[in-house]
Amino acid sequence: MSTLAEKKVFSAPNCLIQNTYHFCPGCHHGLVHRLVGEAIDHYGLAEQTIGVIGVGCGVFLYDYLAIDCCEAPHGRAPAVATGLKRANPDAFVFTYQGDGDLAAIGTSEIIHTANRRENITVIFVNNSVYGMTGGQMAPTTLPGQKTTTTPKGRKPAGDGYPIKVAELIGSLEGTAFSARVSCHDVKHIRSARKMVNRAFQAQVEGRGFALIELLSACPTNWRMTPQQSQDRLAGEMIAAFPLGVYKDF
Amino acid sequence: MALAQGAIDAGCRFYFGYPITPQNDIPEYLSAALPAAGGTFIQAESELASINMVLGAAAAGKMAMTSSSGPGISLMQEGLSYLAGSELPALVVNITRSGPGLGGISPTQGDYHQATRGGGHGDYRLIVLAPNSVQEMYDLAGEAFRLAFKYRNPAMILGDAILGQMKEPVMMHKALAPPVDAAWALCGARGRSPRLVKSLYLKDGEMTVHNWKLDDKYRQLKEQDTLIETDCPPGCRLVLVSFGSCSRIVRSAVDRARKKGLPVGLVRPITLYPFPDQAIREAAVAAGRALVIEMNTGQMVDDVRLACDGQSKIFFKGYPGGLVPTPEDLEVEIEQILRQGELQVCQR
Repeated sequence: MSTLAEKKVFSAPNCLIQNTYHFCPGCHHGLVHRLVGEAIDHYGLAEQTIGVIGVGCGVFLYDYLAIDCCEAPHGRAPAVATGLKRANPDAFVFTYQGDGDLAAIGTSEIIHTANRRENITVIFVNNSVYGMTGGQMAPTTLPGQKTTTTPKGRKPAGDGYPIKVAELIGSLEGTAFSARVSCHDVKHIRSARKMVNRAFQAQVEGRGFALIELLSACPTNWRMTPQQSQDRLAGEMIAAFPLGVYKDF
Repeated sequence: MALAQGAIDAGCRFYFGYPITPQNDIPEYLSAALPAAGGTFIQAESELASINMVLGAAAAGKMAMTSSSGPGISLMQEGLSYLAGSELPALVVNITRSGPGLGGISPTQGDYHQATRGGGHGDYRLIVLAPNSVQEMYDLAGEAFRLAFKYRNPAMILGDAILGQMKEPVMMHKALAPPVDAAWALCGARGRSPRLVKSLYLKDGEMTVHNWKLDDKYRQLKEQDTLIETDCPPGCRLVLVSFGSCSRIVRSAVDRARKKGLPVGLVRPITLYPFPDQAIREAAVAAGRALVIEMNTGQMVDDVRLACDGQSKIFFKGYPGGLVPTPEDLEVEIEQILRQGELQVCQR
């Protein structure tokens, strides 16, 4: 006769602090934090990881992950990470940046850090809008998308086109890994987990610069319900930002 | 080169910088000397990147530095504010050029206000040291790091194109080892709780507490680490105040004036922040009048006036845009001011 024993099949990552997220309903930052936490646990890096946090809704990452963290000025996280990694070659250093931080004010830093083949990992959350400051146009805002600074929708002539970061970074010789994933359903989240791990593996193996772009929802600033936001991600966001691996080692 | 070697001998192993005239001797020297000393040299894509790489290495508890000149230092102000807000030590060297804008590459002291008022946003100060010789370029590099680590605040060495090109003998001291990892340094939370380097304080009252904490450090800095050179014999009736390379010319002028029997003294702030208020007030009040000489249109003179608080007559002679005073010029100024003084005495 067999005894019934409880077998734990699912739990939060060890390095994830059990805090209530401050994020809005339907936001994917919490999910991305978890994926980062799972990757840290997967590679056993909790005691050697330093997170460099850009300016945006992700700035309180240190409230949710039990790791050393450093705030960076807006857009400069890759430069700060460069200093930290060069000073701590054995540490695992990642940046956590949004689309305004990485693809507008920090374009120079991200490109040159990749170009120098810095052995760091970049977690890039693309939700096509400035979240923390209240929904202004981001460099990744889609043509026609209404924001608080494009009230009639983004016009590419004058406002610019959405910048495709994963492709851009994938084109650089210093990049070891660049990929884009989406967070909108279980299937895609499972794929995202694999790709986040791969971006970690690149650094663990000393392959060079790795970037993972995660398409995410910002229901509050998209003026949508969480469900409508998932649908928008699955539809027009993925159509504009094709998922895939743009560079691999 | 003296400054760069001084930094290495003080234990600095990290340099991040971007080329700009007239300070290229520093990165060029360090691009070979730092790797040879087991350190890291990166030519960054901009001064913004340079200062933020410094911030990263500083957050790791390392002695890190950058160098630039006016326009590049302007770009670094963001990072300097974050370094001060995050309480991180670092050395930033400004070998000034004339401005505003692209200006010129001739020697000037026009960045005094930018250096001593913090320069970037927010309620903070830099530790500012002004060498006037090649020996001091070497020595003050180490002193700047010592103060930066003591107070966990960025320090600046304010030089100029004259100091940058000067050739003089230097006595070098024994090289020191880089500091061991500080209790606040980020290196991964191995066997300890996580650490956080930040300058964001959003909760009620937090920012006020942080501002007063920084202010306490600046007060302590002023009490313990103000540096000044004074040469004011009894009976001085005029004190000349100048800093940096300009003070070497003023020294010659004072020597010449004394040979003529003129009762003049000299005061040279070595720390521009903290400003040596008390020593300057004492000297200027005792003499009754001070002449401030700067290679700009008048910046440090504001601090001299504040220090003296109306208790001494303050004169100013400025040499902006690359002009350099000569001892002969200054001698004329000295004689005129002393004559005015006599006139006033007679009228009374």
